[in-house]
Amino acid sequence: MELTHAEDIKKHVRVYVTVFVALLALTVVTVTISYFSLAVVPAIIVALVIASIKGSLVASYFMHLISEKKLIFWALILTVVFFLALIFLPILAMSDRVH
Amino acid sequence: MEIPYTIKARPDTGLFNAKLGIWLFLASEVMLFGALFSSYILLRIGSVEWPHHVLDVPLATVNTAVLITSSITMVMSWASLMMKDFKKFRLYMGATVLLGFGFLIIKYFEYTHHFHSGELPSHSTFFAIYFTMTGLHGLHVIGGMIVNSYFWGPGSKMWKTEPERFTNRIEVAGLYWHFVDLVWIFLFPVLYLL
Repeated sequence: MELTHAEDIKKHVRVYVTVFVALLALTVVTVTISYFSLAVVPAIIVALVIASIKGSLVASYFMHLISEKKLIFWALILTVVFFLALIFLPILAMSDRVH
Repeated sequence: MEIPYTIKARPDTGLFNAKLGIWLFLASEVMLFGALFSSYILLRIGSVEWPHHVLDVPLATVNTAVLITSSITMVMSWASLMMKDFKKFRLYMGATVLLGFGFLIIKYFEYTHHFHSGELPSHSTFFAIYFTMTGLHGLHVIGGMIVNSYFWGPGSKMWKTEPERFTNRIEVAGLYWHFVDLVWIFLFPVLYLL
């Protein structure tokens, strides 16, 4: 982050506190929903959506990605592509199953 | 020899060197944990049955809150340095280390409970991947605590000589610590809730 004035930092601090409260609230929500005994697929979707929101909040605000330089985004986009390839590998393995 | 671009941004990248360095490291960490999440999916879709809510959800919820709290104290320690308040930095950084320690203590109680119940990694595929993923994450917490303790203690001498460089160091240490929090945010639902 660029050199910022103390006043700007104070604004940042308010954002950090809001994000913190949101993270705690979303944790309570996801735990509560896990006791509803939803079917497996909707349960996975809901839990992963909430985790992704929480993860984005941490990355955007605590890790300052929201105001970061372009180079970091390019590096991360590349990482996301390879990460998705990794995650889809098991699905390829499924289609390869001998029946 | 002086290390270049510890404070000023390098003209071509627009970043001070350590920041690009930590992000590239974190990208490699995404792949490390990604491989384990991928293994988890493979093991789970290949298994006949998968346990639900066999771990201590309330305890892990508390631990999630502990780690999230440590993330805000970490970012506050950096913000304190930006506001030139070294005392507050010390306070927040100390709290970050202690919260990391608290996380590990709770994890220790969870682990010993499993060990006493005979739930070792060899007990089932679920416990094998549970111990692998939480164990690797725990090692990351320990690593972060070592770095943060150094910056809280002897490493903080740099504040007197090179305050801007020290502030950047704390930002970089923070990026790593938030990443460790981020991994837990995904581990928690995947292992405990689903």
